[in-house]
Amino acid sequence: MASPELKAPMLEVDDLTVRFRTDDGWMTAVDRVSLSVGDGEALGIVGESGSGKSVTALSILRLHAAPTTRMPTGRILYGGRDLLTLPTRQMRAIRGGEIAMIFQDPMSSLNPVLTIADQIGESLRLHQGVNQATARKRAIELLELVRIPDAARRVDEYPHRLSGGMRQRVMIAIAIACRPKLLIADEPTTALDVTIQAQILDLLRDLQTELGMSVILITHDMGVIAEFARRVMVMYAGRVVETSPVGELFRRPVHPYTEGLLEAIPKLDVDVRRLPAIPGSIPDPTAVIPGCRYSPRCPQVQDTCRREAPPLLPAGPEREARCPPRVAAMMAAAEGVS
Amino acid sequence: MADATATILASGEAIAARRRFRVLRKLLNHRSFMVGFIIVLVMVIAAMSAPLNGVDPNRMAIRFRFRPPQEANWFGTDQFGRDLFTRTLYGAQLSLWIGLSVAVLSGVFGAAIGVLSAQFRRLDSLLMRVMDALMAAPAILLAIGLGAALGPQTHSVIIALAVAYIPRTARIVRASALVTRELEFIEAARVSGASPMRIMFKHLLPNAAGPLLVQSTFVFAYAILAEAALSFLGIGPPPPAPSWGNIIAEGRQFAMQAWWIMLFPGFAISLAALGMNLLGDGLRDVLDPRLKVES
Amino acid sequence: MSGTDSSTPIVRVRDLTKDFHVTRGRGGPPAVLRAVNRISFDIKPGTTLGLVGESGSGKSTTGRLLVGLIPASSGEISLFGETITGRDGRQPLARVRSKLQFVFQDPHGSLNPRMRVGDCIAEPIDVAGGWSRKDRADRVSELLETVGLPRAVAERFPHEFSGGQRQRIGIARALALRPDLVICDEPVSALDVSMQAQIINLLLDLQDRLGLSYLFIAHDLAVVRSIATDVAVMYAGALVEQAPKTVLYSAPKHPYTKALLEAVPRPDPDRVRSPALGGEVPSILNPPPGCAFAARCPNAMDMCRSERPATRTTGEGHVVACHLY
Repeated sequence: MASPELKAPMLEVDDLTVRFRTDDGWMTAVDRVSLSVGDGEALGIVGESGSGKSVTALSILRLHAAPTTRMPTGRILYGGRDLLTLPTRQMRAIRGGEIAMIFQDPMSSLNPVLTIADQIGESLRLHQGVNQATARKRAIELLELVRIPDAARRVDEYPHRLSGGMRQRVMIAIAIACRPKLLIADEPTTALDVTIQAQILDLLRDLQTELGMSVILITHDMGVIAEFARRVMVMYAGRVVETSPVGELFRRPVHPYTEGLLEAIPKLDVDVRRLPAIPGSIPDPTAVIPGCRYSPRCPQVQDTCRREAPPLLPAGPEREARCPPRVAAMMAAAEGVS
Repeated sequence: MADATATILASGEAIAARRRFRVLRKLLNHRSFMVGFIIVLVMVIAAMSAPLNGVDPNRMAIRFRFRPPQEANWFGTDQFGRDLFTRTLYGAQLSLWIGLSVAVLSGVFGAAIGVLSAQFRRLDSLLMRVMDALMAAPAILLAIGLGAALGPQTHSVIIALAVAYIPRTARIVRASALVTRELEFIEAARVSGASPMRIMFKHLLPNAAGPLLVQSTFVFAYAILAEAALSFLGIGPPPPAPSWGNIIAEGRQFAMQAWWIMLFPGFAISLAALGMNLLGDGLRDVLDPRLKVES
Repeated sequence: MSGTDSSTPIVRVRDLTKDFHVTRGRGGPPAVLRAVNRISFDIKPGTTLGLVGESGSGKSTTGRLLVGLIPASSGEISLFGETITGRDGRQPLARVRSKLQFVFQDPHGSLNPRMRVGDCIAEPIDVAGGWSRKDRADRVSELLETVGLPRAVAERFPHEFSGGQRQRIGIARALALRPDLVICDEPVSALDVSMQAQIINLLLDLQDRLGLSYLFIAHDLAVVRSIATDVAVMYAGALVEQAPKTVLYSAPKHPYTKALLEAVPRPDPDRVRSPALGGEVPSILNPPPGCAFAARCPNAMDMCRSERPATRTTGEGHVVACHLY
């Protein structure tokens, strides 16, 4: 697979599988997922509920709930080490210090009984060992960096005095406090108003450039992905179904699910008589489906799809898709042209 | 559209089959619940089988008084020569009956007060202050006071204890109803024109059934213990009809010479309370997460 | 169908206002939260009015005011010719109640987990009363079929179904007494993207087959575009612009509408979005005088901060509340 980036990726997830025990039995939330992120790259992971996108992200930082999760298999390579087998103390140094994460719900992600200064300072004191006064000074700088007006006053306030957009900025400030190399953002703007979402996306993009961070952005919103990511990974029912540079994904999707999704989302700029909906619904996470997980809903399904679980096949420069019939058709067409 | 329906049907079947008897399955798998359930079941069966013994619990036989447990009398005899095994079994009937009546009465009235408070904010302050007043006194003292006023009979014991435990039940139901009230299906009912009565009985109460049931099992256990305490103080069910409490009460004076009189009913009380508590814990573990709106 | 001609609005809202009184700690007078601030609009039969806005816009409150779930503080709501606001509003509301219904946002909270699906759907019937058991059962089966669910569903409980299926059940319930007007409050927001299109299509089909009118409340502008006939935009309790759908999306006039449309990310990697509108929705606890949007508006003039703009008509069915016009 030819790639313009010849350097080794800064994070590589290899064959990650995560299983949970639920009331209804075991479910495979993440099924042999592999991904890589380059230095300073923006990778988007898009999927609906049950796709496994959030669990994948949590697994990178080993944040999944222990008792009900079987130890994930696979490897997560970062800085030459496998994060899944790293001793806890070293993992804690990485969390917040080198890899940071922000979450969806700004209302519950901040501790209501600590001031902003305390919460931003926590990360600084843990990873850089600064004292209280320095932590506070740096917290104010960080608040200014995330464009919170009147930072010197705000830093002593409690979270309940801030709006959703402000709290999200504070979360971002906490996350970037120690200049992490990788920021994982799990649905960071889903709970925000549209105009605030635009502000936060602008902020994230600017910070990414200023700090040279890599970002993994997880969302279900194709518009956000199109705006933010350079490369996109589409997940469905725990598996990766397509990976592609963002332009190609939207112009010429390979996997029928990606195609179906793009057609089904409501359009803001055109009047459409009826949206072509994807029939059926997302499979129950505990259900076992032979063959391709998308086959019950796929408009182009063939017999082999229902029998054999399809592998992820290369489909062009930096492209992979889990649909042998479509990949074959694409390659044939490409050959016909050239 | 037909095709879409077919796929909806298929995936619906898959999800539904899995989720259908989830609660029952979880209960059967829950160790504490099953232990408690079996204990209670055994006791109920034992209580109901009392007449099969053929022995009259009140038949005195002075010649055989103070016999320790042996083949003829499994639990021994008391100061009047009465067979304690039979008395304990009949005592089970009365004590379990008291426990059940108190649980049901406090459940019914507590639930009514709870939903009324949750639905009508103005009533809420009044009712809750009354509940607070009742709770201010320890349940036992309250029961003693009421029992003394009503006279030493079985039904006064039941009434006194029920009144003492109503506030606990009312609070639990009120808390659940307050949460349920904020859910959208209540608004949906109001849009359709549902009256407050309908909302209380068709929507709030059924959703409070879980916590109410759990609380009732605990009230059952408290009641059995309280009955023993009341009998001890002479305000319990009057002799000669045996209850676990009054067997113990009568046996107290002979504790040194005939320890078995107090032991077996005492053990029965502990076992019954334990069984009910385990049952209640199990129910709560299984039902509690379900109280949150399912996802 | 009823005898009203198709240009008489079935909903007339004039100067509708809703104030909430919020008790403050430490004594003192309760603060007034003006959730809906003198809005006016009509809905014509067989059409869909899309009501869009961000949080704090008052759109959800408006929906609930319309069905009488919350009493209005002032202003007038008239449905099917009956005025339901004011001191004598209860009787008229009872009269038109069977023509109104509501579809809720949360598929997990909008159905009573203790009631079977059939009973959930039949609730409007049970409350109205007077139906025989057979008629009731027939109607439930009919409704399930209408929303694309198998009849056997009626015996099951809500928790056995997925979000999309539950939303269909909620729609079936809303249709039980054959309403003419259905208020939909964010009916697809809590659903997966691939399910949203199914439910939107269902609502459109139902509108065609049953002649329904909708007030469709949503924050997602693209969703609203796929279903609305006319669109009204709310900001901080005020109605800032209303226009037929295509006009609003292609030629918006109000600066807020323009900013809103610009801010939505499109599934188009080549699109370059203008920098986001700064600032936040003002507190509706103490609304500033003048236009609520003045603090963030790129075109704000002095007049905007002191004088609340009146609603002016600028085209066929197009009204804007802005001093620029």
